[in-house]
Amino acid sequence: MNLWRDLKATAESFWVTLRNMFRRPVTIQYPEQKRQPAPRYRARIVLTRDPDGDERCVACYLCSAACPVDCISMQAAERENGRRYAAWFRINFSRCIFCGLCAEACPTLAIQMTPDYEICNRDLLKLVHEKEDLLIDGCGKDDTYNFYRHAGIGVVNSRGGNEDELPPADIKTNMP
Amino acid sequence: MSDLLVTLILVAIKIGLVFAVILTMAAYLVLAERKILGRMQLRYGPNRVGPFGMFQPLADVIKMLTKEDTVPDQADKWLFLLAPGLAAVTALLAFAVIPFGPPLELFGQKVPLVICDLNVGVLYFLGLSSLAVYGVALGGWASNSKYALLGGIRGLAQLISYELSMGLAVVPVVLSAKSFSLTEIVMAQKGLPFIFVHPLAFLIFLVSVAAESKRVPFDLPEAENELVAGFHTEYSGMRFGLFFVGEYINMIILGSMVTVFFLGGWLGPVLPPVLWFLGKVMAVSFFFIWTRGTLPRLRYDQLMHFGWKILIPLALLNVVVTGGIMVWLNG
Repeated sequence: MNLWRDLKATAESFWVTLRNMFRRPVTIQYPEQKRQPAPRYRARIVLTRDPDGDERCVACYLCSAACPVDCISMQAAERENGRRYAAWFRINFSRCIFCGLCAEACPTLAIQMTPDYEICNRDLLKLVHEKEDLLIDGCGKDDTYNFYRHAGIGVVNSRGGNEDELPPADIKTNMP
Repeated sequence: MSDLLVTLILVAIKIGLVFAVILTMAAYLVLAERKILGRMQLRYGPNRVGPFGMFQPLADVIKMLTKEDTVPDQADKWLFLLAPGLAAVTALLAFAVIPFGPPLELFGQKVPLVICDLNVGVLYFLGLSSLAVYGVALGGWASNSKYALLGGIRGLAQLISYELSMGLAVVPVVLSAKSFSLTEIVMAQKGLPFIFVHPLAFLIFLVSVAAESKRVPFDLPEAENELVAGFHTEYSGMRFGLFFVGEYINMIILGSMVTVFFLGGWLGPVLPPVLWFLGKVMAVSFFFIWTRGTLPRLRYDQLMHFGWKILIPLALLNVVVTGGIMVWLNG
């Protein structure tokens, strides 16, 4: 037992609390002050469009398969030119845990997380977002990528007409 | 006849005033504690209800009054209902003997600024603080809950143990003042407050007072992280509120006692006496809040060892030494 050390430690701890009393609190006063989240913050989910202005989503169901809480559902459809899209697309934000696995799974960068965290609501049904609520008019994080310009299906350009593609081989000839 | 009437009216006014002031102070002490603790932890504390959160106590009272008042199934109903009142009333009653200012001249009468200047005020105070144990013990026992019972038992043992050292710490003060009346004790400190004459007694008294009002680091009767809420686990609504406010009233009372016994009561230069008294009580209260923000809770055996093996022997020694010195000085 070291009495002097104990007394000194006690007095010091009193000094620490007194000193901290006059420091500025670190609290962010929420409704008045808002924190600017990082650009990659995971909050409200959106569906983005490609640089040409068309929907990116090809309704491949990878996001809904990746979703651990099964909050994403959709119905796939196809246009005459072979472009796939979601006839309806629904995210239930009252179930979503904002893990970001859907955005990670998406092959066309269609589904993305945004830093908009203020989506709470007293009416649960208002948290079920339909396609028109989810679809935005921009590209989100990657504004150059268009899936159909790399996919090899003749949707944007004719088959084989994309920059990184060769024209289709004529299998009836032996010429290189 | 009319003299008696005037006296009665004055006493009624004094009781009303003291009652109002103490209850308001207790309510705002809760707010002050929450705010100061918040600042010490780099938070703001409550600041939403009204300017700077000034209406928070009001909101709390409304909340507690409108909550359901539950009584556990197997509880001893009457004791259960009685205990919170006991805790609050014993705390309030102690203020009857505390002088908060020098006598005033009103209507050609000398009005002492104390509800009742008992010539055994010290004993009255010590007796009431012993009665305060009943609120804790009965509340804990009547709840028919293990947590409450454990809290009640702890409270009982703790309050009784620290009462001894508290009583013993007051003895040197009484020796110096040569009186049991609190007014006389304050008047005896005209030259020098007793904190300088009896520093050891002051320290012992301060620690015992913290233990008596069940404040951190001696809050074992309600230790949140082991006993849920200790003796008031089963209480809800305003009954819990009574325990809660009783604790803060107790803090004010014991703070006033520290002020009266050691800090020179209302005595002080320049400012009006009542302000001096309030200021000193608030300083003591702030110290308790500060302590709560600083120290961790003691273990139960540490609490008992500290009380019985350190404080009481020290207080006894202090009494003997003080008495010896006084005898030696006086002849």
